[in-house]
Amino acid sequence: MSETTATLYEQLGGEAAVNAAVDIFYRKVLSDHRINRFFDNTDMDKQAAKQKSFLTMAFGGPNNYSGADMRQAHAHLVKKLGLDDSHFDAVVEDLAATLQELNVPQELINQVAAIAESTRNDVLDR
Amino acid sequence: MSLYKLSVNDRDIICESGETVLDACLRENIDIPYGCRQGACQSCMVRSLQGPPPLAAQDGLKEVLRHQNHFLACLCYPQQDMAISISPPAEFFTEATVIEKTLLNAETLQLTLQCKDTMDYYAGQFVNLKRADGLSRSYSIANNRLHANKLSFHIRRLAGGRFSEWAHQELNVGDKLEVSDPQGLCYYLPTSQENNLLLIGTGSALAPLAGIVSEALHHGHKGAIHLFHGSREMDGLYWLEEMQDLASQYPNFHYTPCISRGDAPDGVAKGRANDVAMTLLPSLKGWRLYLCGHPDMVRQTKRQAFLHGAALQDIHADAFHVASATLD
Repeated sequence: MSETTATLYEQLGGEAAVNAAVDIFYRKVLSDHRINRFFDNTDMDKQAAKQKSFLTMAFGGPNNYSGADMRQAHAHLVKKLGLDDSHFDAVVEDLAATLQELNVPQELINQVAAIAESTRNDVLDR
Repeated sequence: MSLYKLSVNDRDIICESGETVLDACLRENIDIPYGCRQGACQSCMVRSLQGPPPLAAQDGLKEVLRHQNHFLACLCYPQQDMAISISPPAEFFTEATVIEKTLLNAETLQLTLQCKDTMDYYAGQFVNLKRADGLSRSYSIANNRLHANKLSFHIRRLAGGRFSEWAHQELNVGDKLEVSDPQGLCYYLPTSQENNLLLIGTGSALAPLAGIVSEALHHGHKGAIHLFHGSREMDGLYWLEEMQDLASQYPNFHYTPCISRGDAPDGVAKGRANDVAMTLLPSLKGWRLYLCGHPDMVRQTKRQAFLHGAALQDIHADAFHVASATLD
């Protein structure tokens, strides 16, 4: 409580920012022909909740992120649908575009991208 | 000094000051699903059995879920004693008598029941109908709330469908059935009356949608109401005149029957109902949607609607899962 610098999550606007970003981000992901096939059979409500958890984590907010969960959640996509670096890059790109649309300063976008980047090996199961 | 009693399923526990319902349950080893503890994942959704929960605990939930007193245990700091349910409530059945059987088209039967007890339901919800040997199936209520003792259903005859074949061929006026509590979240609430409504369904999914339209018009809904009813061919549609009459009576109600095969006569659109709707209504920002019918159609339309600008929490869907193959 004595910290004077706001966390990245707070600087971005906390939960309100996550709420604003999740719709834009998820629309981008579902419209992105490079990656939308990974979402062909998903339940949209559940997936949107996952996107919200993902953004909370990427914004450096409170989360229960565990590398093991991330691995488990994506393992079948790696094995069966060939999820690879190019798809991961596309998601990071869509995330950056979402934040640009919300007029987030580039420096904060870079921080968000770095947090997302830290999950790459877990997501791609290596 | 703010200790509140929580009645959870069959147990009474104490929720301490500054503790959430989730924390109190976990401390008492009550098995409750949870994930993020931040109100994001909605895994810990439970239901208050004694009136509305604290408003803050319903943050982000669909309006119909709030309306049924669902809330997120991880966001809930009790302000009074609470009784909550973690598991879905046990089903109660009431007795009903068949008072009418009419064929709407070659394969769809309208069945009307007179219930022994007054039913508290919302147009668009469904019930389970159970016959004497226990076989039961879910059917949507086709009428609005005004007929609380009378319920009607559109029962499509399915190839090899044990319940539907029986209802079509053997069930008679005067026979008795058991009717469950109304269920489901795909229903109309008379709030946000300025919002436009879009309803899309195929085949017998017209039942809940017609109920919702009737309910909305009854409440004087102010926004536009667009109904798209689809079938493969003309003989799969029904209530064309009834819906057209309603549309001429209410200027804000628009009805578009659609067929996906063969030539479409005047006044009928060619194409699948969801595709026709998305072409005619390219921007769905701020709209409320009701989607009923085949699970694939519902899933695809949900996605189309979201990409056309509708918010996920404004999309209400009821996928008709069937126990046997359809006639299609």
